[in-house]
Order: sequence, then C-alpha cells, then structure tokens
Amino acid sequence: MHKRLIVPHALFQIMIQRLAHQLIETHRDFSDSVILGLQPRGIYVADRLQQTLQKILGVSVQTGYLDITFHRDDFRRRPAPLAPNATKVDFSLEGKRVILVDDVLYTGRSVRAALDAMISYGRPAQVELLVLIDRQFTRDLPIEATYVGQRVDSLHSQRVEVTWQGAESPEDVIWLLTPEQDKSHATA
Amino acid sequence: MQQLSVRHLLGIKDITPQDIQLIFETADQFKEVLSRPIKKVPSLRDVTIANVFFENSTRTRLSFELAEKRLSADVINFSASGSSVKKGETLLDTVNNILAMKVDMIVMRHSSPGAPHFLSRKIKANIVNAGDGTHEHPTQALLDAFSIREKLGDVGGKKIAIIGDITHSRVALSNIFALQKLGAEVAVCGPPTLLPKHIGGLGVKVFWNVREALQWCDVANVLRIQLERQQGKLFPSLREYAMYFGINKKMLDELNKEIVLMHPGPINRGVELTSDAADSHHSIILDQVENGVAIRMAVLYLLAGRA
Repeated sequence: MHKRLIVPHALFQIMIQRLAHQLIETHRDFSDSVILGLQPRGIYVADRLQQTLQKILGVSVQTGYLDITFHRDDFRRRPAPLAPNATKVDFSLEGKRVILVDDVLYTGRSVRAALDAMISYGRPAQVELLVLIDRQFTRDLPIEATYVGQRVDSLHSQRVEVTWQGAESPEDVIWLLTPEQDKSHATA
Repeated sequence: MQQLSVRHLLGIKDITPQDIQLIFETADQFKEVLSRPIKKVPSLRDVTIANVFFENSTRTRLSFELAEKRLSADVINFSASGSSVKKGETLLDTVNNILAMKVDMIVMRHSSPGAPHFLSRKIKANIVNAGDGTHEHPTQALLDAFSIREKLGDVGGKKIAIIGDITHSRVALSNIFALQKLGAEVAVCGPPTLLPKHIGGLGVKVFWNVREALQWCDVANVLRIQLERQQGKLFPSLREYAMYFGINKKMLDELNKEIVLMHPGPINRGVELTSDAADSHHSIILDQVENGVAIRMAVLYLLAGRA
C-alpha cells in the first residue's frame, strides 16, 4: 500500500478552524442547531468541531453520535453483517437544524442511511452535511456536502484515511492510500 | 465484521461463547433502538418470517413478532390449533407449504424435542428454535443471561441457582448451557422427583433445600411447575410444593444480602413465588421481558445477515 500525505497537521488545524467559522456564519449562536457525528469515524470530527466552537463562541453545541448500521442498504448483500456502534442522541431533532458530520464523503450511501436513521429522532427543520474530505466524482447517489474541508480526486481502489492526534497518531493528518498495483495510475 | 458460527439457532449447546457475546453486543444497540421515539429500523425489510407455533405461547410469540416488526420484516403467524395439522398433515409438509410461499426464516415452537433440528436438515430457511418440548429454549436463555449481565455487569464468576421443575423445563437446560459458556457457576434446586437423574453430569451443583440454594446464589431463576408435561404424580400437592420450595419476601429479606430474582413467566403466583417476592425490588422479571425483544432482534438480524 502506497501512502501519500494529503493534509498535514498544520493545514488540518486551519481546515477545522475554517469549517467552524463557516458554521458560525450560518448558525450564529447555535440555539436551534445540533451536530450529529456519524459512527464510526465521523464522531471524531463532531467532537473536534464542538470543542473548537466552544473555544470560539463559549457555548457548548449539542452533539450526538448516530449509528447507521441498521439502516445500511447493503445488509444481506455482504458476506457478514457489520457490527453496530453506539448511538447517542440525548435530544429530540424535532424542528432542529441538524449538521450531519462525517470524515470522508465517498459514494454517499452512508449519508443516505444517516438521513433515514436520523428521522427516528424527530423531523428536523433543516439538514446540512459537513465532511473533512470530499472524494469528488465518486458518488453513487445525488448527495453533496454543504461544508467541505478539502476536495480530493481519487480512484475507486484508493482509500482516504483520517488519523486523529492522540491514541492513533502523534498528529492530525489525512492520507491517501493506493494499492501497489494501481500506483502508476494514481496522479500526484 | 463478525458473524454467528451457525445458520440456525437450534440450541445454546451448538453456539460458541463468542456467538453469545456477539448477540449481546448487537442486542445492546437494539435496546437503544427500542428507546427511540420511532422504534423501528429497516434492516429486514426484504425478509419474510413465519412464526410457526405448534404449542401455546403468549410472551415468546408476541416478543418474536414485535422483534420482527421492529426490524421491518414481513411476518406471518401460524398456530397448530385450527390448522391442517389437525387434519393429519406432517410437520415437514406443513413447513414446506409455508416455505413454498417464499419465506426466508422460520421461528418454531414444537412439543417434540429435536423438531427444529429435524427441520434444519430438510429445509433451506434459517430456523430459530422458540422452544422444543423439554429440550431447549435458546432465546429465553440468552435474554436471561443478558438481563443478569445488565443487572450485575457480568455473568462470568456469578452464582446462579435455577429453582423448580428442572426435568420438564427447556429454559433450565438452555440456561445451564448459556451461563456455563459465559463462565458462571450454576446450581439447580428442586424436589428430587423434578430433577433429572444425571443432572450432575452437566457440571451443576444440586440443592434439595431452597434456603441453602438462595444462600449460595447471586441470582435465583425460578421456574414454573409444568403440570401439562408431567406424567404421574411427582409431588403430593401444589400446596406442599409451595410450602417447601415456594419463595416469599420474608425468605429473601432473611438472607441479608442482595439477590436478583428472575422468572421466565408465566408465574403461578402463590406456588413458586408469592406476589410480594415477585413484585419486590429484587425482581427483574419485567426487565427480562423487555430485554427479550432486543435479544430476539439481535438473533434475527445476525442470522438474516449471515451469508
């Protein structure tokens, strides 16, 4: 597997700051807005955004975790079911402005499942989507993000990996992974 | 990505401790689903399940049906009374006729031990045993163990006494298998006529005195006297059974310790349990019923998702 750094630590911090400010532009004091991180990897983005907004605004934005396992469209179409993760939504979404948050937007199928799963908690007034990385031109469904950290061109065989400072890595970084056989096709 | 080691849930005997853990972890998430304002997920929307009950049931059938509906499966119900079984149709013919209507899974209760095992060798659909005679009742054992885990944090290392009519109870056998696989110590307690002769061969302790059993255990799982399965008189009277093996609040209070009281239902109040014991703070009987739906959702989900 060939690994290329696409977002280094310093740029990662700027990206988070920019996304937080973009959210503030639209949501102001977040009185009716909530953040929903998608399990398993979107919850780190959600937590980081909540901390950043806390520093900038001094308010704690309501944040939840949404697991989409039971709403996936590939159940019984893969060799074994995926293990579910915890859902933690301690508030109603009725009439709220929801910001769905994930690390990577690829086929759009997870987001479709999330839109479906979310409705179990009430009817939101508005739903937006925030992603760190948008793998553009790879969508299976007509889904686009409202806020994007960075757009990336990629092959289907490639994978984007977001690693978080802490247990996983000494720094916040994003990698593009290419299998050896496709190395020659991957653009620099 | 994990999956069950079996295609059918016929008994706890056939599954591994890892299978039980996987079912518990999945059930944890379904419990959360059941606490949502909208308690339904679309996972099994392309699956049709037949509940085939050759024997009476209230709790188990309602619990399975609710679990199936919460998972968005299509459900058909069959009960032997008022069906062609009464006209002399064989088990295999009955089930094959149901399967001809394109059914993916069968949840079956039957009065003959081994009936679901027999079917599993003949048909392609996944089978869940919802009780076969005096043999096994796997989902009941899973929900019992899940309720103990929820109440005490873990099943491993705990002491569990199963009290009552052990010989005629499928719940007892499945519970013994499940609890032992999870690392618990198990004892049985009842009058000698209601304990199987070679029960010691399963590696369980035996008590003939209910007070000693209660003193020993962390959890008491109390079973009903299954009069409908008994042939001949195995004890003089229900009143005498209640005197010697019935559990009341006073006995529990005299133990001077925390004890968890369970019962798979239906309770014969005043026989194996008095009302003040069944409704006391020791009892987790209604939690068991609540957990039953989540456990059955997990079992159906994991079996349906298996390739």
